[in-house]
Amino acid sequence: MKQWTTLLAAGTLIVSALTITTAIAQQKIITVDGSSTVFPITEAMAEEFQKTNKGIKVTVGIGGTGGGFKKFCRGEIDISDASRPIRDVERADCQKNNVEYIELPVALDALTVMVNPKNDWVKEMTVAELKKIWQPEAQGKITNWKQVRDSFPDRPLKLYGAGVDSGTYDYFTAAIVGKEHSSRGDFTASEDDNVLVQGIAGDINALGFFGLAYYLENASKLKAVAIKTKDDSKAVLPSVEAAKDGTYQPLSRPIFIYVSKKSVETKPEVAKFVEFYMDNKNAQKLVKEVGYVPLPENAYNVFMQRFKERKLGTAFHGSKIGVSIGELLKTPLVN
Amino acid sequence: MSTETVNPVTGKIDEQALVTKANRQDLRFAIIGFVVLVVVMATLFALVLDFMIDGVPRISGEFLTNYPSRRPEQAGILSAWVGTTLVMSATAMLAIPIGVAAGVYLEEYAPKNWLTDIIEINVTNLAGVPSIIYGLLALGLFVQIFRLGQTILVAGMTLALLILPIIIVATREALRSIPLETREAAFGLGADKWQAVWMYLLPAGRPGILTGVIVGMSRAIGETAPIITIGALTFIAFLPPAPLQDTFPFVNFDWLNSPYTVMPIQMFNWISRPQAGFHVAAAATGVILLSMTLLMNGLAIYIRYRIRRSSR
Repeated sequence: MKQWTTLLAAGTLIVSALTITTAIAQQKIITVDGSSTVFPITEAMAEEFQKTNKGIKVTVGIGGTGGGFKKFCRGEIDISDASRPIRDVERADCQKNNVEYIELPVALDALTVMVNPKNDWVKEMTVAELKKIWQPEAQGKITNWKQVRDSFPDRPLKLYGAGVDSGTYDYFTAAIVGKEHSSRGDFTASEDDNVLVQGIAGDINALGFFGLAYYLENASKLKAVAIKTKDDSKAVLPSVEAAKDGTYQPLSRPIFIYVSKKSVETKPEVAKFVEFYMDNKNAQKLVKEVGYVPLPENAYNVFMQRFKERKLGTAFHGSKIGVSIGELLKTPLVN
Repeated sequence: MSTETVNPVTGKIDEQALVTKANRQDLRFAIIGFVVLVVVMATLFALVLDFMIDGVPRISGEFLTNYPSRRPEQAGILSAWVGTTLVMSATAMLAIPIGVAAGVYLEEYAPKNWLTDIIEINVTNLAGVPSIIYGLLALGLFVQIFRLGQTILVAGMTLALLILPIIIVATREALRSIPLETREAAFGLGADKWQAVWMYLLPAGRPGILTGVIVGMSRAIGETAPIITIGALTFIAFLPPAPLQDTFPFVNFDWLNSPYTVMPIQMFNWISRPQAGFHVAAAATGVILLSMTLLMNGLAIYIRYRIRRSSR
């Protein structure tokens, strides 16, 4: 029965691979799921938190903002990462299952409009011009740069944008077209922003949009377009500073975590993690490190207070455009 | 028969021309076949080489023993490769016994009637169903109805479902290819059906069964879609509880209920990050995943070789 010894050897190999896992007693696990946009921030927070709080484990998933809320409102997870505010249908869903939550803005993301670095005709664009390009009526009609502005050259216009299931797409369309989730369909859409980076970097006629972090990492391959809210307003280039002081409008958006009230009350480790997350010093450092825009100094303290007082509900009814953090701090919450 | 092979003068068949024509056809096919082979292998080789160049320099002891991190240069795949190993173990423990048993039943015991026919057709068809369908099935059944959670056990069950048809079909093929004489010899020695199956047919069919297991496991190890659907997590900086312990009863199965991540998911996450450092880490993860697959296959091929030699 020589072959059985070989099988036994194979079995031993697998078993020895199993043994390097360490034995752990009763586990304290904090479960987070949701937006892949918020993921890098929560990942950084979880990484640092677990260094100082041995024995508490944090798991972070990327089920998407919508997927995250679905699980959150079924009570399956403690915290939901969201790149947009909770929707009315999701609120109803949560209410049905008696899931109450605390809404906490954690950072800002600046959506960046990008062209190829060899593109020498575009420096700034107005929201109206962008709307002309992206609105549903433009499909098949606005296909040349010259149609956007007379001074632009006679060149084909190639469009790239975030995938239509993303919060990025929802916010961009709400801010530019004026209606959430509504745009032309004939553009190269990808859920993977690196595909968009490659596309724009290799095409002189390209125009596209995605999150600031991807622009900052690829600044040598891309050129950001300054945005003018109105024809006579000042053109503002996307940057951490411009998003933070509220001058980069309307494409700065807050991103959030939603914390389940029940989890906070029954699992002290969840409260500990959220307090670590909203701590001004941690947030300023870690949010910036992963390529996002931290909220202004006092904002974290105010939201920390909101968390400590367990103030429930949301300040939103769908995406709000051009909302500054100052306003956000004052908006009353509704359940 | 075409006219060119008929000699116009004698009206007889020109054998020489016939042979030449056949040879030419052979040569033409051989050339086409060779060109196709070269194109396919060159593409594969270029792809593998490309991510080897990116990934291999990144691999180090630390890469294998670090948890994922926000800093690309510190990020490692400890939780991912342990997760993959555990999920694959769970898959193998479920899929191999059930798959082989089902194959043996269908081939040796099942009565030949319409019900068996339907089962047979369905099993063969299931082997071609896209993996995301299994993911959705598992999400609805295991996660939402049975409330088993997002655990290694559920991942193992899902991947086991995915590769069961492959193992069942391979088992049946292996049993069918055993010469009738083996069966007759067993029965001639007075063995009953169970003894014939257990002592003669299964050992004789082992190489074929093992091939099916290799193919199935190799498919399962690279699967991302069903695992994402049932909720594997992306950031995990801890390991499941150890299956072996130093106190009685020395083994525990707590790890089956642990949250987990696997290597394809870690790659998927890193590839879509903005920092170039993460893309390199993803390539390195790919190299490790490929090596694990090759190692698994190599081991199985070695075992098969040993069995073949010893059963002669």
